[in-house]
Amino acid sequence: MVKQVPLSKEFLKGLWEQNPIFKQVLGMCPTLAVTVSAINGIAMALATTFVLVTASLLISTIRKLIPNQVRIAAYIVIIATFVTIVDLVMKAKFPELSKALGPFIPLIVVNCIILGRQEAFASKNTPFRALLDALGMGAGFFIALVSLGGIREIIGSRTFLGIQILPDAFEPWLIMILPAGAFLTLGLMLGFANMYTDRKKRIEKESLIEQYKRVSKVEISMAQEGI
Amino acid sequence: MDLFIIFISAAIVNNFVLAYFLGICPFIGVSNKTSSAVSMGMATTFVMVITAIVSWLLFNLLLVPYELEFLQIPSFILVIASLVQFVEMFIKKVSQPLYRALGIFLPLITTNCAILGLALFISMREYSFIESVFFGVGAGAGFTLALTIMAGIREELELANVPASFKGAPITLIVAGILALAFMGFAGMI
Repeated sequence: MVKQVPLSKEFLKGLWEQNPIFKQVLGMCPTLAVTVSAINGIAMALATTFVLVTASLLISTIRKLIPNQVRIAAYIVIIATFVTIVDLVMKAKFPELSKALGPFIPLIVVNCIILGRQEAFASKNTPFRALLDALGMGAGFFIALVSLGGIREIIGSRTFLGIQILPDAFEPWLIMILPAGAFLTLGLMLGFANMYTDRKKRIEKESLIEQYKRVSKVEISMAQEGI
Repeated sequence: MDLFIIFISAAIVNNFVLAYFLGICPFIGVSNKTSSAVSMGMATTFVMVITAIVSWLLFNLLLVPYELEFLQIPSFILVIASLVQFVEMFIKKVSQPLYRALGIFLPLITTNCAILGLALFISMREYSFIESVFFGVGAGAGFTLALTIMAGIREELELANVPASFKGAPITLIVAGILALAFMGFAGMI
């Protein structure tokens, strides 16, 4: 029997530990393309999360019915169906957002996060676990997109969610809302995320070594006393 | 002249990778060595041209006459996936050296968003058949160009003293940002 991971862990791991953007570096195309403003990032993240959650639920429910040889094709058809639903709903209800996101809503089909989660998780787990995993991954994606979109919007056009927050005296950095700004900002964010993880690891390692030294000193002195 | 503009626009001014952010995954993943970058670019260009032709035919001869436009996402992705399979089998049969050069890159192309993006752009912008072919060739050329330049820079970057936390994806993205800035210089061309 495989060791069962606690349910809360299935959800929480997507937020930081296995964050699809910062840790797995998956799904870069929509991340870079739509994050001109925070609202675009929110819309994109919600659309992706919807597809991820519904596809994960369906695929984990019928995972025993899908023959192994054609599983990738089956996953893609299921994902494409849900993406079509999102695309049509967005076009009908939020025409402006749909226009701003352009071809990137249909392109959710080839977002590696979604296919990756189906292959790595939903095809091997129960629907409830797959749901939690998909929600967690979606939340992680949401955090990444909103922070990237927020930074670009605040520095690039002085606003956040359309409300001006920086004074007029601040000259907006045009580069932040251009394609180059997306690459630079995400590159720096990934770098700092790595730096944070590396530092945490180093501190942990050092404290372990420290502990080990202390214990061995005590042992040595005990041994000497014993003699 | 119009065709030439479409070609240049897709290849340089509105470069798929650096302006539209399509095909970032192979751009980061396969840009380690110049030789593999060129092979990947060639394989992608090849599939892009065929996709442009097939998706134009599919959209304008099948989906539009029968009012099935809402099926374009599933039908495009299925056509691309099977197309890549056929291309792989065909190349394996016809030319062994070419298969050895492109072989491992072909399956990766299915999930390359640049291919699906190309098909969607063609249907969205209502290109004619010839325009679609030129658009496909231009997009492929632009992808190859960006990938090769990036691979060249990354080969040099191996020797540079990059902070440990920034090695790999972060520094690649930062370099791509500078490259995108450089490509913006072409913006006034058209």
